[in-house]
Amino acid sequence: MAVREAEPVGSLQEVHDAGLDREDLLGIYRNLLLTRGVEERGHILYKQGKIPGSFYTGRGNEASAVGVATAMGAGDVGCPLQRDMGVHITHGVEPWRIFAQYMGRVDGPTHGRDGNVHIGDANLGLHAMVSHLPAMLPVAVGMGLAFRIREEKRVAIAWCGEGAANRGDAHEGMNFAGVRRLPVVFVIDNNQWAYSTPHHLEYAVEHLADRAHGYGFDGVVVDGTDVLAVYREAKRAIEKAREGGGPTLIESLTLRMEGHAVHDDAFYVPREMFEEWERRDPIERFRAWLRDNASLTDEEEADLSAGVKRHLNEALERAEASPLPDPSSLLTGVFAEPEELETPHHK
Amino acid sequence: MPEKTYLQAISDGLRQEMRQDQRVFVMGEDVGVYGGAFKVTQGFQEEFGPWRVLDMPLSETAIVAGATGAALMGLRPVAEMQFADFVSCAWDHLVTVAAKQHYRAGTPIPIVLRLPSGGGFSGGPFHSQNPESSFAHIPGLKIVCPSTPEDAKGLLVSAIADPNPVLFFEHKHLYRRIKSEVPDERYTIPFGEARTHRPGEDVTVVTWGAMVHTAAEAAGQLEQEGVSVEVLDLRTLIPWDRTAVLESVRRTSKVLVLHEDTRTGGFGAEIAATIAEEAFEHLDAPLKRIAAPDSPVPFSPPLEKAFIPQVDDVVAGLRELAAY
Repeated sequence: MAVREAEPVGSLQEVHDAGLDREDLLGIYRNLLLTRGVEERGHILYKQGKIPGSFYTGRGNEASAVGVATAMGAGDVGCPLQRDMGVHITHGVEPWRIFAQYMGRVDGPTHGRDGNVHIGDANLGLHAMVSHLPAMLPVAVGMGLAFRIREEKRVAIAWCGEGAANRGDAHEGMNFAGVRRLPVVFVIDNNQWAYSTPHHLEYAVEHLADRAHGYGFDGVVVDGTDVLAVYREAKRAIEKAREGGGPTLIESLTLRMEGHAVHDDAFYVPREMFEEWERRDPIERFRAWLRDNASLTDEEEADLSAGVKRHLNEALERAEASPLPDPSSLLTGVFAEPEELETPHHK
Repeated sequence: MPEKTYLQAISDGLRQEMRQDQRVFVMGEDVGVYGGAFKVTQGFQEEFGPWRVLDMPLSETAIVAGATGAALMGLRPVAEMQFADFVSCAWDHLVTVAAKQHYRAGTPIPIVLRLPSGGGFSGGPFHSQNPESSFAHIPGLKIVCPSTPEDAKGLLVSAIADPNPVLFFEHKHLYRRIKSEVPDERYTIPFGEARTHRPGEDVTVVTWGAMVHTAAEAAGQLEQEGVSVEVLDLRTLIPWDRTAVLESVRRTSKVLVLHEDTRTGGFGAEIAATIAEEAFEHLDAPLKRIAAPDSPVPFSPPLEKAFIPQVDDVVAGLRELAAY
């Protein structure tokens, strides 16, 4: 049984039917601009020598991340990964804290204990990733398990890349979620390259979403550069999970438009491939759609761009004013204290 | 006070916590309908239902990672590895995720991992190991190794209340072999407090788990030879009670560190190093270590007997120290 390949989103009416009004659409566009803006500014910070360690971006994956994040409900949770900055932006992780994280400052979400996009905010339902991909995937399944045990109508989103999809914990997590029909949506950001390894050396099926049938649930392939199509498919999957219909595997197809990290010039990716996907740039694509279908005006565009630019300038300034951590805090927090469990979360 | 086996004490403690706190639930392979490979959770599913006594697929990673995710959402999972040996399959999720999440992200991971460990019944290389030292080396994990029924129950209750990942090593060879008085009511035993299993004046044995009983038997023999041996049961390795160890060593001036885990890099080495750093000038004899030799745990009875430290080995070690 082949998986469904999601069709592109057409008219404004179709989008309205999916629950988005014009304000929502402009919000999505702003989140896309902010996502790319944060990472472009981060790149500059890196070149200025202000970011220790390495630096990763999700260029090309913005629509996939923002589309899924927009479809999540208020109590939904997840573990976004290194190409999913758009999830953090959409859910309200403030850019100045992201810059502070990049630079190892105390006001980053991990207070300098961890770097780059290993961020989250439990209050926003986002839990910080680890480098061992996709280790957070079965953790998200455990979150779905908690919702099922407590009979809450909440959903957990489990992200992984097409590279990490080949590891055993992806299998164990998906299998368990399928067996218990847990409220989990799996999102595979398929950007076609795992570092330098092309997808044909990573898996043998036509679509990774084909694997869903092996776990007893549905799979769908969506064009990850079409933010509205991603939103629609994620919304469908999330609401199905919320109503007890079990997991869905969404394979979101994009191209990683930069190297694995900043040190990598991606020489191994054919030029024509970059050129082809550049023409499908997710932000440009949505901008054109908004102009054609939602009467986005020059004035609105200019306002949005200026607003994002201003926001990022202020964020950078605030982040640079954040102090570096005090070495005397090194051992604080290796272990949690009992009173930390006295949160609404843990009661 | 009623007498209970080590296994019954663990089972009672777990059942009590599940009764008083809806957040506590059990997940593992064959823990539900079957009641667990060792029957620790026998009757639990009837009482608490299939979602609080969750039979898992054969997926150690999904068990530990699933427990971690559920803990992040406010539950208090008690996950079981059918045998401690199988925790190797879930290494990544304990060490990479659970141990580091609070330090990095500030979110506590209150999970308990029950680990039936230890040898002595021809379990062979994959059903007999004592992997506590591997995890003691990982900052962020707590390690508990009870030796008596009373401690097993009280430490399990503390483990469930603890806001951190706790590895609870329950020695399989003690399950039905050790029986003693255990209070029916709920009580806790704090982590990091050693227990003097047997007081003495001439030599200190520092140990934990099943070796506490081996040491006590050896101490009984030495007593008849006029040597007074103190047996100190650490009860928890992370945190471990340095104060009690150093106090005892300074008092007796001779010390034997004993464990069932293999020698090189075993937790005994950490204890020995600490004693050398902190109490060297109080020692009247070189510190002695008795541990399993550096090999996999063998299957055949004479090989396994040669592998696991025996009472005779400890008696010989104590005699040497006493005569020094």
